[in-house]
Amino acid sequence: MTDFTPLASLTGGVLIGLSAAAMLLFNGKIAGISGILSGALMPVKSETLWRLFFLGGLLVGGLILRFWLPHAFEFGTVRSTEALTVAGLLTGVGTRLANGCTSGHGVCGIARLSARSMVATAIFVATGAVVVYIVNHLLGGAI
Amino acid sequence: MTRPVKVIGFLDFGGHWDPSLAFVMVGAIAVYSVSYLQIRTRSAPLLADKFFVPLRARIDKNLVFGAAVFGAGWGLGGFCPGPAITSLASGAVPVTIFVAAMAAGMYLHGLAAHPNFWRTLTRSTHAPALRLISDDS
Repeated sequence: MTDFTPLASLTGGVLIGLSAAAMLLFNGKIAGISGILSGALMPVKSETLWRLFFLGGLLVGGLILRFWLPHAFEFGTVRSTEALTVAGLLTGVGTRLANGCTSGHGVCGIARLSARSMVATAIFVATGAVVVYIVNHLLGGAI
Repeated sequence: MTRPVKVIGFLDFGGHWDPSLAFVMVGAIAVYSVSYLQIRTRSAPLLADKFFVPLRARIDKNLVFGAAVFGAGWGLGGFCPGPAITSLASGAVPVTIFVAAMAAGMYLHGLAAHPNFWRTLTRSTHAPALRLISDDS
């Protein structure tokens, strides 16, 4: 095991859980970020402002990190433009098809005991692991 | 999770395994599951008329295929949507590329999933204006 950061990770997770709880309590929505983003990109009337606020909040959080905890942006990986583009496209298409990502399915869905979310999470962790195996152990780790 | 190395480290079960992401998930799910039960006893949220909770229950091929595709992208880039957007605040080029491509992927799906898309492609003239409607809340 390397770089294991249990306390920071647990704290981060608790904050994510609280943020999702706030979303539910105040707005009655599931904090599924892929859905929030795609809905903002392809807007439906009256469904856009809250999305922009949420995404804006993510960015403000990022700005706070930038000045207070900049090592949060030490990505630690080497990925070419091509690899990042493919990764982004796969993420965009995949999250729309699955109607969720790590926040929507992985956190909110599992917490609600949704079978769809449990299956989705198991699958994306599995395919993620396969790709990481290929990249790290067959392709040298930097692509 | 704004650091892909942490995500990839978690997914690297056969190598230098970093369990940190599991701790993130446990913390988030623990807090949210308790909160969810509490909050859902309310008749309505604080600032809206009703709860908008997903209705789909079937495990269909879009879910399975979509999750597989997303997972591949996640394992390749080490970013998922939330941390990627947060990381845009760093101004770093890699995450900007990723987010642009992710947005493009979402658009592509939106186009392809729209019934008018295929009709518009196959019509030679008098194609109706393409309206993009998001069917998710």
